[in-house]
Amino acid sequence: MRDTTPTRIVGTPVLRKEGFGKVTGGAHYIDDIALPGMWHGATVRSSIARGAIKEIRFGGGIAWNEFVIVTAKDIPGENCIPLIMDHDQPVLADKRVNHPEEPIVLLAHPDKALLHEAVAAVEIDYDPLPAVFTIEESERQQTIVWGENNCIKHYLVEKGEVDSAWQSAAHIVTGEYRTGAQEQLYIENNGVIAEWSEADGVTIRGSMQCPYYVHKALLRVFDLPSEKVRVIQMETGGAFGGKEDYPSLIAAHAGLLARKAGRPVKIIYDREEDLAATTKRHPSRTRYRTAVDKDGRLLAMDIQVDLDGGAYATVTPTVLSRATIHACGPYFCENIRVRSHAWATNLPPHGAFRGFGSPQTIFGIERHMDQIAKAVGITPEEARRRNFLAQGKTTATGQLIRDPINLPGMLDRALRISDYNAKQARFARENVESSGIKCGIGIASFMHGAGFTGSGERYLNSLVALEADAKGRVTVLVSSTEFGQGTNTILSQIAAEALGLPIEDVSTAQPDTSRVPNSGPTVASRTTMIVGRLVCDAAIALAAILREKKLLGENFAVTEFRAACAAYTNQFGALRAEASYQAPKDIFWDDAAYKGEAYPAFAWAVYVAEVAVDTRTYMAEVVNFYALQEVGRVMNPMLATGQIEGGVAQGVGYALYEKVVWKDGRMSNNQMTNYIMPTAVDVPNIEVYFEEMPCEHGPYGAKGLGELPHDGPAPAILNAIQNATGVSFTSIPLLPEDIFLRMAETTELAALEAAGSVK
Amino acid sequence: MNAAKRQLAEIRFNVNGVERCVSVPPMKRLLDVLREDLELTGVKEGCGEGECGSCSVLIDGVLVNSCLVPALQADGCKIITVEGLAANGALGDIQQKFLELGGTQCGICTPGMMLAAESLLRKNPRPDLDAIREGLAGNLCRCTGYMRIIDAVRHSMQKPILAEEKTELEAVRR
Repeated sequence: MRDTTPTRIVGTPVLRKEGFGKVTGGAHYIDDIALPGMWHGATVRSSIARGAIKEIRFGGGIAWNEFVIVTAKDIPGENCIPLIMDHDQPVLADKRVNHPEEPIVLLAHPDKALLHEAVAAVEIDYDPLPAVFTIEESERQQTIVWGENNCIKHYLVEKGEVDSAWQSAAHIVTGEYRTGAQEQLYIENNGVIAEWSEADGVTIRGSMQCPYYVHKALLRVFDLPSEKVRVIQMETGGAFGGKEDYPSLIAAHAGLLARKAGRPVKIIYDREEDLAATTKRHPSRTRYRTAVDKDGRLLAMDIQVDLDGGAYATVTPTVLSRATIHACGPYFCENIRVRSHAWATNLPPHGAFRGFGSPQTIFGIERHMDQIAKAVGITPEEARRRNFLAQGKTTATGQLIRDPINLPGMLDRALRISDYNAKQARFARENVESSGIKCGIGIASFMHGAGFTGSGERYLNSLVALEADAKGRVTVLVSSTEFGQGTNTILSQIAAEALGLPIEDVSTAQPDTSRVPNSGPTVASRTTMIVGRLVCDAAIALAAILREKKLLGENFAVTEFRAACAAYTNQFGALRAEASYQAPKDIFWDDAAYKGEAYPAFAWAVYVAEVAVDTRTYMAEVVNFYALQEVGRVMNPMLATGQIEGGVAQGVGYALYEKVVWKDGRMSNNQMTNYIMPTAVDVPNIEVYFEEMPCEHGPYGAKGLGELPHDGPAPAILNAIQNATGVSFTSIPLLPEDIFLRMAETTELAALEAAGSVK
Repeated sequence: MNAAKRQLAEIRFNVNGVERCVSVPPMKRLLDVLREDLELTGVKEGCGEGECGSCSVLIDGVLVNSCLVPALQADGCKIITVEGLAANGALGDIQQKFLELGGTQCGICTPGMMLAAESLLRKNPRPDLDAIREGLAGNLCRCTGYMRIIDAVRHSMQKPILAEEKTELEAVRR
């Protein structure tokens, strides 16, 4: 059933719930908190990529008796952060290290200013071992750094008969595409405060996305029962996936120091440490071999996806899964094979970052579609139009598209909005005359699956609760966190809508594992669609409780609801309703065969980028950007627009600015001075448009949209650069020096060709 | 060297209209003095090297990164932090517009960003789009893509934050 009923609050630009605190400076982030008697903690990290730890010495000039020192032997439980694979990432490296910046020793002292010097005075001797730093080195399997063959995870998706399609093809188009690591670059660095007592166990306050991930990790590390681990999320200054799994590690560190010190310990990373030590987006290499007919229709796709996972598995298996499933883009093809591998290297573990594998493979397929268009001799938009998925067709995993999607219509609208055809014609004309600036326009069409992949939501089995007090004020109890995306506001809107209340009467509780149930991690574009649906269900259940006691009629006014809450709490005590995840009946997923309904819903998009490339300085600038998406019903147009714009800006950075420079496995440009993200001057004018097609799975027709906008900008921009310069760039980040090198090569080649030296 | 042996300097300055005096190491970062000694935690640290602008404050009306300013340098100055943008509990215009128009998401850059906006609008009450972008270019935001922030600045009408600054402000405008 598609919900198209008119709404009062859902769909309106309700102001951000916690916005007042954020604009007054009153919001409390972790570093704004100081507990009585609190000490400060710091981390001693490995200086080499791989090797055995021989000796740890505490050097001269430091009053070591004033410090609390923690090593692996101080861990009361398991020395492991459990996430997807057991016995994966250690809390503290014990006998060996597997990547630079791996934590080995922890220090705490009352005076923060003394820690820096103390960290530097810890001397560690190693027996270095050979290390691998790239996908190529790892897949060669000459040096084994992980398991038996360096492969953390692999998938195979097969549909139809790929091998029989090549002979009948009019064109076989191949391409290799690469993406670099990308730093999430939340402006608030990672940080936590830990408290310890024998009676209450460990309490963590911190900047994080997933309080129950931290909770689960600490149970194992401290060998404590569930009730003796408490995790509280503070206001969180950006996350983007970067605070999905890493906070578990820092929380364990601070907890170990607090336990040994017998007092609260705060660990706040500075920017250099955060950049060097914490996760980044997985670097990738995707290879496409596609058979197309004379009209440009896809006959077969043989795809290889390879990710650099870094030194431990952490979230890599699921990142690879999403990369694999998104590798065919929003296109239909009878015959598909996707082989994907995540390779271990001796880099710090790569982790979650908005899009979670899909920006990597969407970059590949969307750059490749332009090469198919070129080979066939049709326009990029036509190549897409002829291959779009549609209702009744199946994806690579055999998922039948049930929703009435209209990608050709979206493409038309995107071309119209951006004035694509007229601009392209004008640029073609003007570029001939311009010796300096070459302009171009490019498109990317793509999709993003909302919620956990495959059976993921079934395993999570999320739980949500709603409480109402005697005055009829409703509190939403979820572990879903706010870190800028609008969780507090959207979930409050949904509850207020469902109960017929004004938005002011509904709020969200601070995520605290001692108070809120586990509504799952705040990741995977799942909060609005999955958790929001549960909030809606819990609201309906809350009203049903009141009706059951004959305190409320079928239809009710706000005043009646308030009176009913007063009467209920007076007679029966606390008023609380819960809702737990119920898997949709028509969703089936086969994990072994990697077939079935990968996601309950996809969001769809067509993005258009307009660029200007200065062929004297080799600077590429995005001038205008048009983002059209179908995300189901939009819950809050202001928040949704802002989220899309932010994702586009991150995508612009991914494409043209943000380069992690690795030296022996360590990020060598770990400062904001030389890891460059877009400023207000660098971002283009971004125009955001929505198509709203209510989705049956989400509350009031919503789907997920958080990650979507990071998927499309990079290929759209590089397609536009190809349109401007005639050069096909296949790797990001694409910095001016990269453009210079390729264009110089191309010019040289053209000159040689003209002179007849190359045939 | 331990904390007790460090020399302290007495710094007197006016912070958000209030005369304050602190005894701190003279090279202590103004950022830390504001956050730790005066508990003005609305001033945020993002990078510690003057790149992100999260720690922006106004010193005698000039936008500065407080992570790069030693406390001693602020002696005798007038400092405005985000806590000084609201008057008597009511949001200032810039704050109101940031809230209404979606200029804040995670909120960590917001205090610095609003002070950059304040500084810009004092110098140029009717900035065009390029001037707004230029005026905000020293402050990084990872959430918004800047569009809503630019919008908020465009809709903010300049008003003096504190009555006593009126003259100073008019002087700047002249």
